[in-house]
Amino acid sequence: MKTSLRWSLFFFLTPVLLWLFLLIVLPHIDLLIMSFRMDTDDGKTIWTLSNYLNFFHEPIYWLTFVRTAVYSIIVTLLTLVITFPLAFYITKVVGLRFQGFFMTIILMPFWVSELVRVYGWMILLRESGVINHFLLKFGLLRHPVEMLYHDSTMIMGLVYTSMLFMVVPLISVLESLDDGLIEAAYDLGANMWHILFKIIIPHAVPGIVSGCIVVFMLTLGNYLTPNLMGGKNSLWFTEQIYNEFIASFNWNQGAAFGFLLLVLSSLVIWAGLKMSGQKLSQVVQ
Amino acid sequence: MNKKILLILLVLATFTVVSVASAAQPLRLLTWKGYAHKELIDKFTKQTGIEVRVTYTNNEEMIAKLRATRGAGFDLAQPSQDRISSVQKKYHIYQPMDYSKIKTGEFIASMLAAVKKNTLVDGKSYAVPFCWGTSGLVVNKKMAPDAKDYTDLLNKKYAGRISYRLKRPTLIALAFALGDNPFAKYSDAAAYKALMEKVGAAMIKAKPLVKNYWTNGDALLQSMRSGEVWVAMAWDGGGWKLHKENPDIDFVAPKSGALGWIDTFALPAKSKNVAGAYKWINFVMQPENAAIFTNLEKYATASKGAIDKVDPAVKANFKRCFPKTAVDNIKWYPPVPARLEAIEGKILDKVKAAR
Repeated sequence: MKTSLRWSLFFFLTPVLLWLFLLIVLPHIDLLIMSFRMDTDDGKTIWTLSNYLNFFHEPIYWLTFVRTAVYSIIVTLLTLVITFPLAFYITKVVGLRFQGFFMTIILMPFWVSELVRVYGWMILLRESGVINHFLLKFGLLRHPVEMLYHDSTMIMGLVYTSMLFMVVPLISVLESLDDGLIEAAYDLGANMWHILFKIIIPHAVPGIVSGCIVVFMLTLGNYLTPNLMGGKNSLWFTEQIYNEFIASFNWNQGAAFGFLLLVLSSLVIWAGLKMSGQKLSQVVQ
Repeated sequence: MNKKILLILLVLATFTVVSVASAAQPLRLLTWKGYAHKELIDKFTKQTGIEVRVTYTNNEEMIAKLRATRGAGFDLAQPSQDRISSVQKKYHIYQPMDYSKIKTGEFIASMLAAVKKNTLVDGKSYAVPFCWGTSGLVVNKKMAPDAKDYTDLLNKKYAGRISYRLKRPTLIALAFALGDNPFAKYSDAAAYKALMEKVGAAMIKAKPLVKNYWTNGDALLQSMRSGEVWVAMAWDGGGWKLHKENPDIDFVAPKSGALGWIDTFALPAKSKNVAGAYKWINFVMQPENAAIFTNLEKYATASKGAIDKVDPAVKANFKRCFPKTAVDNIKWYPPVPARLEAIEGKILDKVKAAR
């Protein structure tokens, strides 16, 4: 009995382990080695730390990273503020019958790829686009306005892209909140804000934190939306990595940036967990 | 009962193996958008029975893709002639061309010789020319009648109506427009870096005037069509496509010289269908097929006989935009030495990050 169990475990685990090792661990080791190598001017390859030092010496690199991280945090907070009432409405206010319906509506845009969604936004917002067309037609504007290629447009696009990943954990955590607690609080004379900050939010913290982690990571690692909607001002850190690999042929530098992104974003998340007093093991459950 | 099923399965399995083996190996082509039209592919498949699978890309991604696999995954690639020799020296991603398998008589002799010379590595050449064209300005002449040179990409008069790519041709073009010769400084990395920094500073200063940095040719054509952009740096073929739809828009060979490029055919090192690749090259370079391509994309090819079969309207494009002086002034890209890309990449990042 015991040996057969072990065999079946081995049997089912092998593909997963192979997958993890061959497709994730091995390439990362290769990249890590690459990030410590450099081609010298006379064509030799040497061990060096200069790829990492470059990041700190060149203001353009770390400034881009800081910018990306700050914008990602803004996007995460905005997404939370927008989706929290939505999640509360879906779980507590509408009847059970409509819950599925609302979830489907939220899911619907995610049935098409991110690229298509971004292009959809671009058609709406561009100078000769749909929104400008109607604003001109109704006389609200005299000249068309370029709505694309601003930081605010980019943030809007990123929030839109990441909403789903915040809604789902929030809904699951709010569903476990006993309605009786809210009713009891009302009976005892608490007002809406008290209930929100003393009962609902403390209960929802694990969902909030896990949603925030997912959204932050997705936004930080996004390439398409900043590039297409942000336009000329939107140097995102991922784009910098892409440029190092593709335009400059400097894979060593690109690999170093990749690992810096991994380390620095982990630090941001660690700081976030510390501040909210949560443990990663609880949050990812 | 069980044996019967087994037998059926066995027969089925044999069939699939046989059918896989007998179907011709497909030709995996790594090329630019518009370089392998459905019309040509269908004709080729009909003639040879070889299926063509096309992947669209650009020079930089082409090199990165082939470098990642050490030259595997594709059977034929179409890099620009100036981006072959240094890449080949460093990464060994191509294999030498066997010119005896190519009907070299179909090619314009001088162009073939130039490409052979520019792609020469250790005594072997790595490419044959396919098509050529120039980068210059595409201008909406009704809105910007005076745009004549790359410097108009930095001109306040066209604020918010300017678009160009954040890629090396823009740097090279602006360097020429600022009165310098970047090609002469290719061999001197320090001088080249100083020049590029000067160009980068000019671009950063003029950044508020730019509408966007285009990355996709179709998207640029769309914004020129809708009047969102008046002055753009782009390829002549794109400008001529727009000219056909709207005579106000046309390609302009800039005063400091249009940048001439030649895109080629090169064989990736681990090409699995070399025979098919040579067949495709010979097929596309037949005058009538090359003319089909030119009529659709407006780019001239290296096929000698094609010029007689090209539509008069397409032929007129070149005559209209390139008087004798402009032709003589075309700056042809010499082979790019290694390591220049890193210098350019940093400048381009700085421009993009600037406020």
